[in-house]
Amino acid sequence: MAHATAVDVTSPDSTTRPRAGRGRRGLNERKRSRTGLLFVLPFAVVFLAFLVAPLLYAFYLSLYSKGLATGVVFAGLKNYTTAFTDPQFLKGVWFVVRFALVLIPVQMFVSLALALVLDGLTTRFSRFARLMIFLPYAIPAVIGALMWGFLYSPTFGPMQQIADLVGAQAPFLLDPDHVFGGLMNVVTWQWAGYYMIIIFAALRGIDASVYEAARIDGASSWQIAFRVKVPMISSALLLILVFALIGTLQFFTEPQALRLVSNGTITPDFTPNIYAFSQAFAYANFNYASAISFSLGIVVFIAVYVFLFLTRKRGSIS
Amino acid sequence: MRKSILAGASGVALVLALSACATSANNSGGGASAPAAEESGTSPKLTDCTNKMKNDAPQVSVWGWYPNMATVVDNFNAGHTDVQICWNNVGQGQDEYTKVQTAISAKKGLPDVVMLEADHLSSYSIQDALVDLVPYGANDVKPSFSEGAWKDVSSGDKVYAIPVDGGPMGLIYRTDVFKKYDVTPPKTWAEFADSAAKVKAAGGPLFGDLGSNVPAAFMALQIQKGAVPFGYDPANPQALTVKLNDQASKDVLNYWADLSNKGLVGKQDQFTTDYISGVVGGKYATYTSAAWAPGYLTGAGVGKGDSKGVWAVAPLPQWDEANPVSVNWGGSAFAVTTQATDKKLAAVVAKGIYADPASLEDGWKKQVIFPLNKSVLDSTEFAENKTDFFSGQQANKEVYLPAEGAYKGVVYAPITTYYYAQFQAELAKINSGKVTGDQAADELQANIVKYAESQGFKVTQ
Repeated sequence: MAHATAVDVTSPDSTTRPRAGRGRRGLNERKRSRTGLLFVLPFAVVFLAFLVAPLLYAFYLSLYSKGLATGVVFAGLKNYTTAFTDPQFLKGVWFVVRFALVLIPVQMFVSLALALVLDGLTTRFSRFARLMIFLPYAIPAVIGALMWGFLYSPTFGPMQQIADLVGAQAPFLLDPDHVFGGLMNVVTWQWAGYYMIIIFAALRGIDASVYEAARIDGASSWQIAFRVKVPMISSALLLILVFALIGTLQFFTEPQALRLVSNGTITPDFTPNIYAFSQAFAYANFNYASAISFSLGIVVFIAVYVFLFLTRKRGSIS
Repeated sequence: MRKSILAGASGVALVLALSACATSANNSGGGASAPAAEESGTSPKLTDCTNKMKNDAPQVSVWGWYPNMATVVDNFNAGHTDVQICWNNVGQGQDEYTKVQTAISAKKGLPDVVMLEADHLSSYSIQDALVDLVPYGANDVKPSFSEGAWKDVSSGDKVYAIPVDGGPMGLIYRTDVFKKYDVTPPKTWAEFADSAAKVKAAGGPLFGDLGSNVPAAFMALQIQKGAVPFGYDPANPQALTVKLNDQASKDVLNYWADLSNKGLVGKQDQFTTDYISGVVGGKYATYTSAAWAPGYLTGAGVGKGDSKGVWAVAPLPQWDEANPVSVNWGGSAFAVTTQATDKKLAAVVAKGIYADPASLEDGWKKQVIFPLNKSVLDSTEFAENKTDFFSGQQANKEVYLPAEGAYKGVVYAPITTYYYAQFQAELAKINSGKVTGDQAADELQANIVKYAESQGFKVTQ
């Protein structure tokens, strides 16, 4: 219905346009582009003031180096060479890379599974379940992490209370051996509901006649799910993959909030972003922090660009 | 007991949440950000004070975290017609230091007067953030303080803050646990380890705790053994001596690593909800801590309900009983910042904010501080006081006063924040059994030397 009206409105315009004279058309277009610019202006101002300018300033800062005993001196790209040979920075990078490699598939699998199940349900329960699964995303990450800090607590957390029933000691999920899984759980809980909603929305956008056709062809529910639904929502999957990639490489909020209850497992160099934060605000080294942030930004940008380039044909994002 | 745990838990959670929110900076904070002072030296009117002024005198902004600060500020303001304090609490420990450091880097946003711990003074004075108070009459109040206390706030012949309270260390212990397992307060660290083993063998609780988040306390314990971690003289600001892996430092780390690996002491970070609930619930037989601990423990709910009347304090165990050494953990002081609009007026506040008898009495009677002002330290009333938290034990006379009197002071390096962060990481590694005390000390030394050199110091090892 909506499509039909859209066509009706635009078609007279497209037919009248060629009839107009050449000069008039140029004037019109210039006027139109000026009006267009006016619409873009508010965004452009914000974009320049809050993204481009800080980026340039950070880059400028990253070219200097400051020592407590020496003051600020121009350092060129020395901060960058320092960063990529800094074991603390590389340790953090290695952690988020490993984390992303495990987390992203887990998150996508969980959110896809949830969305497919909810899409298949037609009861009132499905609406309630959808809300409940989405709810964690509505809770600010800091609050969520603090709650997990309580749930993981080795003294009065529910895990320990269950373990107490059999007189055992529950594992502390933030100790060095478990922190990987412990954080994975927190992040998946936080984000899976959000990704689920994106996938679910994409599933709802599929025309039901497609399923009917598949069923007539004799496809089972499983076949419909994996051969029809999943390929048709691949652009949504790609989108959340990019979101997850960016988010994980910038991993900050959850470990930062859980740092206080981690008994020292989560160090000030735990992830690159936490390291940049510590360098800037704890060690007063804004220059090195800028270099780290900038390097991280470049890595994320390249990773996402390469990724989108490689997948441009499969998804509709290109 | 469950109720108190939950109350503690929600309390700490609230504090965490608040401190997370507290990043909204204090923009009035610095006199420097405001228009320059007039000739008369009045500081501009500040708007975000927690307290109410008593009159229209010029105002000095102060950051302080001390629990009874509101009373202290009111006392000061009531007694002054020449100046009024505008007070704000921006958090404690790393929370505050992050804000202080950011304001220093931004060159605006600091208050006129800031409450700091002695171990952070040189980190900020090297960045020209703190005013040398000698020209502002710091030496007028010098006789009010002990030699050790004064050394902690001085660098060479410069004085960067006026001391408020100290943290002479002692061994806080549970009388019920000691009685049940038939142990007496250990006089030496060897006895401490023996008692810990004995209590554990009898099925008792952990004897103490190796909390990775209290590097300052473990540095104090290393100093007790004879370590001299840093040598620094602001007269020669580029020279820094770093000795973090001498035998004394290694011995202390190995000692605690051994206790931790044998499961005789806990591995829990201190001041967390988990730790406090463990302390309340009798999970730890001792707490190696400073004179300010009773106040903080009481505030966190310890010493009430189930854990009421079970606490006592003994002198800190010694390595060599014949040559006892006193050490200090924490304590605080008021410094004037170079961003202060009117430094003279700010110095009046730094010198006077904790000098009136009413504030001092409020502080020590409610056990939230161990004042360093001699007017209190030398008073019979203070010495004879029966501390409520320790069920009427004369803790000052028996433990803290002798400890404070014997304290010699320490030289802190201007890289405290980084050093503590790395020390904390090493303590956590010791707790997870990844390194020995020796390895931790060597790693720490290498790491700190490398950092100090990257900061432009000429390091002597």
